[in-house]
Amino acid sequence: MSQVMGLKAKLGLNVFKEGGEFHIKIREGKAKDQRLKKAILVCPAGLYSENPDGEVTISVDGCLECGTCLIACGPEVLEWRYPDGGTGVQFRFG
Amino acid sequence: MAAHEVSEGFDVIIAGGGLAGLSAAYTLASGGLEVLLLERGDYCGAKNVTGGRIYVSPVRELFPELWKQAPLERFIAHEEVSLMAQERSITIRYDGSELNEQPYQSYSVLRSKLDRWLARQAERKGAMLVTRSRVDDVILENGRVRGVRAGGEELRASVVLACDGVLSFVAQKAGLRKAYEAGNYALGIKEVIELDRQVIEDRFNLEGDEGAARLFMGDVTAGKFGGGFLYTNKDSLSLGIVVGIDALGNEEPDVAAPDLLDRFKQRPEIARLIRGGETVEYSAHVIPEGGLKAMGALYGDGILVAGDAAGLAMNIGVTVRGMEYAMASGYYAAQAVMNAYQKGDFSSTTLSEYRRLLEGSFVLSDFQNFRESLSVLENPRFFQYYPELVGNILKDLYHVPAGPKEKLYPTIRKHLGIKELGALFKDYRRLKKI
Ligand SMILES: Cc1cc2nc3c(=O)[nH]c(=O)nc-3n(C[C@H](O)[C@H](O)[C@H](O)COP(=O)(O)OP(=O)(O)OC[C@H]3O[C@@H](n4cnc5c(N)ncnc54)[C@H](O)[C@@H]3O)c2cc1C
Ligand code: SF4
Repeated sequence: MSQVMGLKAKLGLNVFKEGGEFHIKIREGKAKDQRLKKAILVCPAGLYSENPDGEVTISVDGCLECGTCLIACGPEVLEWRYPDGGTGVQFRFG
Repeated sequence: MAAHEVSEGFDVIIAGGGLAGLSAAYTLASGGLEVLLLERGDYCGAKNVTGGRIYVSPVRELFPELWKQAPLERFIAHEEVSLMAQERSITIRYDGSELNEQPYQSYSVLRSKLDRWLARQAERKGAMLVTRSRVDDVILENGRVRGVRAGGEELRASVVLACDGVLSFVAQKAGLRKAYEAGNYALGIKEVIELDRQVIEDRFNLEGDEGAARLFMGDVTAGKFGGGFLYTNKDSLSLGIVVGIDALGNEEPDVAAPDLLDRFKQRPEIARLIRGGETVEYSAHVIPEGGLKAMGALYGDGILVAGDAAGLAMNIGVTVRGMEYAMASGYYAAQAVMNAYQKGDFSSTTLSEYRRLLEGSFVLSDFQNFRESLSVLENPRFFQYYPELVGNILKDLYHVPAGPKEKLYPTIRKHLGIKELGALFKDYRRLKKI
């Protein structure tokens, strides 16, 4: 059996360039929105989690800029744009 | 009308330097137009993910000079598809002399290499490429696109090409897109796993530059719509899964996306193939798979949309195709722009030639022919029921018990009652639509 590599370790393999402000934000008052819960399942980088108050939070470091959360949850709950030019993930293989 | 409505600025601004944008830039610059391409990544390819196989045959003639030098990985000479049940799998392998004959029909690729190289070819033809530059908005005047805003600057052009990939905020800002619907998109997750060249060739039975493509369906995606893939590169493997976003977010069982890939890697069939390899990159990207019904407008006044931005990718069950559609649509968008340039008219009426060119080519013909495929294939029976059924039949057929072995026909019929046969027949009739 191959050993399982943790998600953090996998993300650590990627090249990221620090950028300005967060490019994904949960819209005001939507942290408990049912639609946002899907992000926890669908995000391939595991960046969403639910806190004990039932609010979903995002930690945007490691974001692969795939767009899955935007499509699963919708623009009503997420304010989503690409990070500034030349920042964010830079794939070396793709 | 004057030959050039807009005197300041460029003939064409292209948003996005993926395969669609670069193919358009290459073609337009070859035709002598003044092209500016803006790419948000550090280099072209820095943001792009693919599974790994490009079919060159349909686009070979469109770029006759390109293919000899292109940094492709391996030509695909061996095909396998596996149906995965929870505890077993069934594999069909296809080798054929036709797969080994030049010109080869398909190759494995890594986007960061391919796109970067294509960017250089476009620059050589005279296109101007600016990387690390994100297009933020389009300049709209009376409903007509006049250019883009990027990095606080207004950049004007006679026509804008939105080649900014599946989410296409550029087409959205120009009012050409339909709202996102999860059912029309899939998530692709991938690892690039480095492995010694010799090990790859021995393990996959490859001679020289031959490559293997392996596709997997069934338990790979926990029975959700999608599949797994493995492509051999020169000295790495591309391993990943594609799964419908709607199925992932809304269908039982709840499995987190990263876990799906880990489960796939731990299947004994897969673990064996990647053993000793070292993961060097983890990537993900959304794939449009809604076909014709999900497509927005392909053109408007002063703007054309190509590649994933236009929804031109297709998911036919286990295999995704998008790269050749991106390249061809970039090419045809460039043709339509050059004709509009001759006329000095970039209105949507003139630019509508783009759609006719796509309709006359393999691009929209394929989308027409496969228009039912998503609705037919989105049948969970294909991803759960059949893999288990076929697996169980084979298990019993191959099983030799301590006592006498049952006759073959009753063994099969045990799994296939009248109801199952009826359902099978219905699914078969639906399959005929694709
Ligand atoms: C996991 C996976 C497996 C796949 N497997 C296959 C396969 O085996 N075969 C196949 O043919 N297809 C496959 N596809 C689909 C294929 O990769 C896509 O269809 C193809 O990459 C589309 O090319 P494109 O040029 O239209 O878009 P992209 O490659 O997405 O390029 C868009 C470009 O625009 C840039 N951009 C975006 N927004 C802006 C902005 N605002 N300003 C400036 N630049 C911007 C991006 O950085 C990017 O460079 C797969 C996709 C995935 C995710
Ligand atoms: S864009 Fe992709 S990786 Fe980034 S937060 Fe959304 S789902 Fe996660």
